[in-house]
Amino acid sequence: MSAVMMVSKKAVRRWEKLPGRNTFCCDGRVMMARQKGVFYLTLVLIVGTCSLFFSFECPYLALHLSPAIPVFAALLFLFVLAMLLRTSFSDPGVLPRALPDEAAFIEMEIEATNGSVPAGQRPPPRIRNVQINNQIVKLKYCYTCKIFRPPRASHCSICDNCVERFDHHCPWVGNCVGKRNYRYFYLFTLSLSLLTIYIFSFDIVHIVMRSMKTGFVSALKETPGTYPFRTVVVCFFTLWSVVGLTGFHTYLISLNQTTNEDIKGSWSGKNRVQNPYSHKNVLKNCCEVLCGPVYPSVLDRRGLLESSAIKGIQPAATATVSKSTDSVQQISVSRLVLHSLHC
Amino acid sequence: MGGNLNHEPDADSCYPFSPQTHSLQDIRQQATVAAKVFIQRDYTSGTMCQFQTKFPTELETRIDKQQFEETVRTLNNLYAEAEKLGGHSYLEGCLACLTAYTIFLCMETHYEKVLKKIAKYIQEQNDKIYAPRGLLLTDPIERGLRVVSFTQVLNLASAS
Repeated sequence: MSAVMMVSKKAVRRWEKLPGRNTFCCDGRVMMARQKGVFYLTLVLIVGTCSLFFSFECPYLALHLSPAIPVFAALLFLFVLAMLLRTSFSDPGVLPRALPDEAAFIEMEIEATNGSVPAGQRPPPRIRNVQINNQIVKLKYCYTCKIFRPPRASHCSICDNCVERFDHHCPWVGNCVGKRNYRYFYLFTLSLSLLTIYIFSFDIVHIVMRSMKTGFVSALKETPGTYPFRTVVVCFFTLWSVVGLTGFHTYLISLNQTTNEDIKGSWSGKNRVQNPYSHKNVLKNCCEVLCGPVYPSVLDRRGLLESSAIKGIQPAATATVSKSTDSVQQISVSRLVLHSLHC
Repeated sequence: MGGNLNHEPDADSCYPFSPQTHSLQDIRQQATVAAKVFIQRDYTSGTMCQFQTKFPTELETRIDKQQFEETVRTLNNLYAEAEKLGGHSYLEGCLACLTAYTIFLCMETHYEKVLKKIAKYIQEQNDKIYAPRGLLLTDPIERGLRVVSFTQVLNLASAS
């Protein structure tokens, strides 16, 4: 009864023990891929170009045309940033890996289906056939996550996670694009296209207005260095790439397809294979992808994982040893059961 | 309480133990994994969250088939309600988009509200139906919405 058990408790959040190659910030609230270099470049390009626009052109345009121009640009800029950060920082729809009991159960089921494989022969591939809207879809088994992937899910090799409705891994955004953040990604590309077109057009309007007053060459001299470099290089290339990307994703959304499916040619129409997820109506497809329900994250990042280490047990007297170890056992075992029930 | 440890603890746990509790280690070596039955997802209507209503043979002796089907069907209906595409979800989506999704800082999404309902329903079912029969129904959100699991709870938990 006089046993002393020293337990040191250290509360650890689940994100610290999650498998996969993700970086977490703000105590698990922010989730990104490991390589973030290109994401910082995206930020620098957007913020840099917009700050040049606001500092050099907006005063002139606000004065000579309308003060609404910089206001609208500012709102659009804030929207672009919000969408970018939302895409980069949110969980794309990562599927948590199977815990040992679930993995064992699935293995048992697979063995039951396949029967015994003669020695030396390769076991058959682990595939489950499912009929979705009169179309046979093959569900593949993920050896890393130990689950049968749901339809449209795919394993991202960069982040080492299975992601639901996997679209692609975008280095510009520093994260995978999946079920949960696809609409933010699309709105980011759309608003960035609009912002680029907006800045590009007002650049041209600005030059034209100045040239009409003072001539083209002196107009260029008045605005040191920013025009030739910024307008041509950044806006032009951004325009073609971002607008092109927005157009491509608009096409995918209208057909309710993912980039992954498009690249693999899953629903390209050969062998009479059709997309079973499409509503066959462009408006309905767009509504589902862009205005559908906001799915919650099923990856528990901020839950607490208690890791206690039992440091030592010092029974007061030998006579009481058996009783004290009994009570220690009982406390430990009941905690064990409570934990296993929680898992 | 007397140390009447007739039943083995669940070996499946994320709880590390130091080897100093010798007799506990012996118990762990004899431990058997508590039986868990997993109900898989039903993908016949697409990627919507639905679970199979097929009655697993392992639960034949423990619960009534109709009871099981009713539980799973109610769960399926609740998930369908959460993922329903209709006026409500479109309105929520458009409003959220206009505010650059900052509205979700102060408002709960429709899906989250339904998830709370589901959690309450599962709690109710456990208290009324499954716990008296020695089973524990776990919320599928804890498993990434992949499976609904029925755990056969050991008598030890009810004794402590």
